Amino acid sequence: MAKGDPGGTTRSRRPAPRSKKGAAGNPELVQLLTPDGERIDSATGPDGTEYRVDFTDEEYRGLYRDLVMVRKLDAEATALQRQGELGLWASLLGQEAAQVGSGRALRSQDMAFPTYREHGVLYCRGIDPIMPLGLFRGVDQGGWDPNEFKFNMYTIVIGAQTLHATGYAMGITMDGKIGTDDGEAAIAYFGDGATSQGDVNEAFVWASVFNAPLVFFCQNNQYAISEPLERQTRVPLYQRAAGFGFPGVRVDGNDVLASYAVTRTALDNSRHGQGPSLIEAYTYRMGAHTTSDDPTRYRIASEVESWQAKDPITRVKAFLEKQQIADAAFFAEVDEQARRESVHLRERVLNMPNPEPVTMFDNVYPNGSPLLDEQRATFNRYMESFEGSAH
Amino acid sequence: MATETLTLGKALNTGLRRALETDPKVIIMGEDVGKLGGVFRITDGLQKDFGDQRVIDTPLAESGIIGTAVGLAIRGYRPVCEIQFDGFVYPAYDQIVSQVAKMHYRSGGRLSIPMVIRIPFGGGIGAVEHHSESPEAYFAHTAGLKVVTCSNPQDAYVMIQQAIASDDPIVFLEPKRRYWEKGQVDLEAPLSEAYPLHSARVVRPGTDVTVLAYGPMVRTCLEAATAAAEDGRELEVIDLRSLSPLDLRAAYESVKRTGRAVVVHEAPSNIGLGAELAARITEECFYSLESPVLRVTGFDTPYPAARVEEEYLPDLDRVLDAVDRTFGW
Repeated sequence: MAKGDPGGTTRSRRPAPRSKKGAAGNPELVQLLTPDGERIDSATGPDGTEYRVDFTDEEYRGLYRDLVMVRKLDAEATALQRQGELGLWASLLGQEAAQVGSGRALRSQDMAFPTYREHGVLYCRGIDPIMPLGLFRGVDQGGWDPNEFKFNMYTIVIGAQTLHATGYAMGITMDGKIGTDDGEAAIAYFGDGATSQGDVNEAFVWASVFNAPLVFFCQNNQYAISEPLERQTRVPLYQRAAGFGFPGVRVDGNDVLASYAVTRTALDNSRHGQGPSLIEAYTYRMGAHTTSDDPTRYRIASEVESWQAKDPITRVKAFLEKQQIADAAFFAEVDEQARRESVHLRERVLNMPNPEPVTMFDNVYPNGSPLLDEQRATFNRYMESFEGSAH
Repeated sequence: MATETLTLGKALNTGLRRALETDPKVIIMGEDVGKLGGVFRITDGLQKDFGDQRVIDTPLAESGIIGTAVGLAIRGYRPVCEIQFDGFVYPAYDQIVSQVAKMHYRSGGRLSIPMVIRIPFGGGIGAVEHHSESPEAYFAHTAGLKVVTCSNPQDAYVMIQQAIASDDPIVFLEPKRRYWEKGQVDLEAPLSEAYPLHSARVVRPGTDVTVLAYGPMVRTCLEAATAAAEDGRELEVIDLRSLSPLDLRAAYESVKRTGRAVVVHEAPSNIGLGAELAARITEECFYSLESPVLRVTGFDTPYPAARVEEEYLPDLDRVLDAVDRTFGW
């Protein structure tokens, strides 16, 4: 299932670890891997759903590889911004498990609607990580064909994409593509801040009354730029689902296994006609909101440190080591692959050509516009008037 | 030519029916568009004949209507969204301006949003606040949207079908006070041979003054032209039909002959369509003009109480007054 690790070749399943009470006894938070790397056999959600995963060793290693790759590529993009090669970057640091877990839980026929921070989901969809960098470098609007990649374009306006996802999911139902294992589902990504937006609440209403095959995946990273969760809500976010008439679950968003399990279950429920659900992936934005932000103005170092102890990658590594699923050579090889791919990404970013100015007039309308034709022609004449001059 | 006498509202209804028949991807969505047939009955009978999967009564949330329609368009549908009244479109403004208008551009031309947003607009029906507004400038100012409006049943029938068939996102403004006015409609002429959607049309030729109008004001201007003719003055009336992009070929040709132009719309004058029209005509016809381009518009107030709307709205007398003033320079 994981990138580069086609599952099913070595299906040597590890005997299920001993069940731990921990998360199973805590319906507030679904967890299958503790920060110390202890596996929990199964965890129960607030509605009694039991969550578990059954990965091969190779699949576990694949998830680890994804997490490392995603973090490394993200760090490279941050570095590129610091060096003036990108205008802006919205780092996912700290949210790798929520994104890799949910991203890998998507089946190939499922459609994702990201915000501007879902680089990890994009990676897990098998999409070239260069694609959104045009937007952040300022050479294009970051666009692609959503249907080609089953991954909508990044949406910057907070929450707007949740309505797009809802409409798309309504379309799945109208196309009769639900009710079987081959059925389709959609997933809408958004953050804790977005839950205050009217569009998100309208999306909840619509998805509910139309029973849309849609998973609302909220990465609660505790901050909307500088504003803490308390400024958005008085109740745990996942509990809001009840008021709209569909199930909600809070998952440890730093636990890639639990994030995978709850998302896979929710998507499969949707594709089988059980309608929408809300997942609150409880996580932490370890970095700044974007490279333009300074989080030291609004949060204290000890808070960040407490979340560092819950790092999404450290716990998987601890688990792989403890269970002897991976050895030092594997970890070194993954690091080397991440280094190689990030260097490759850097080279390609630096080689992104600036667009020709006149292309700004392109693709405003599918059928064009005489007004734009006129402005383009005028612009060309104006630019040509400089040819041969010292300018 | 087989024609039928239809009201403008019924012509729209018939055009929508044709669009639903022609393309199974066309869907209609909005508040009360199903069983009720819309508060103006423009979608009357359509849910009964095409089912509630194609004519969808939505929750009462305008941003939701447009936002979900974007998702349906990504999925391959061609949504026709009804906004119940002009003054209720603003909750959807973000989705229209930031998403509908920009997605084709954002995608580098790879994705189209073939959506029609129908909005009954304008005053003159004695309504309460928010039910009589003319928001066309907000949309015409937005790159990525096209904006059209019809003034008579024949155009209503053809233009709604053309808008739905277009891959461009189109705001389709319906002159609500003209919904009940009747006219001849040719129901058999093929759409492919119809007058192009984004083209203006001379609806009354004349030699003395060019009058530019659209939507509900076209009839007002035609009545003014009839009255002016009795005084020996021939007004050339042009129905703009497309507000974005504007088609001013006929207007330029006309003003170069008449030397005088009057623009008429219900919307307030400040930064309105009239300002753009005056600027463009001045640039293109400067040496032909005998007077400045004049505007006859609503005032720069919120739309007033119904009992004074007759004084707010441009009428025959105010149009003729402006025509007279073009001879005062």
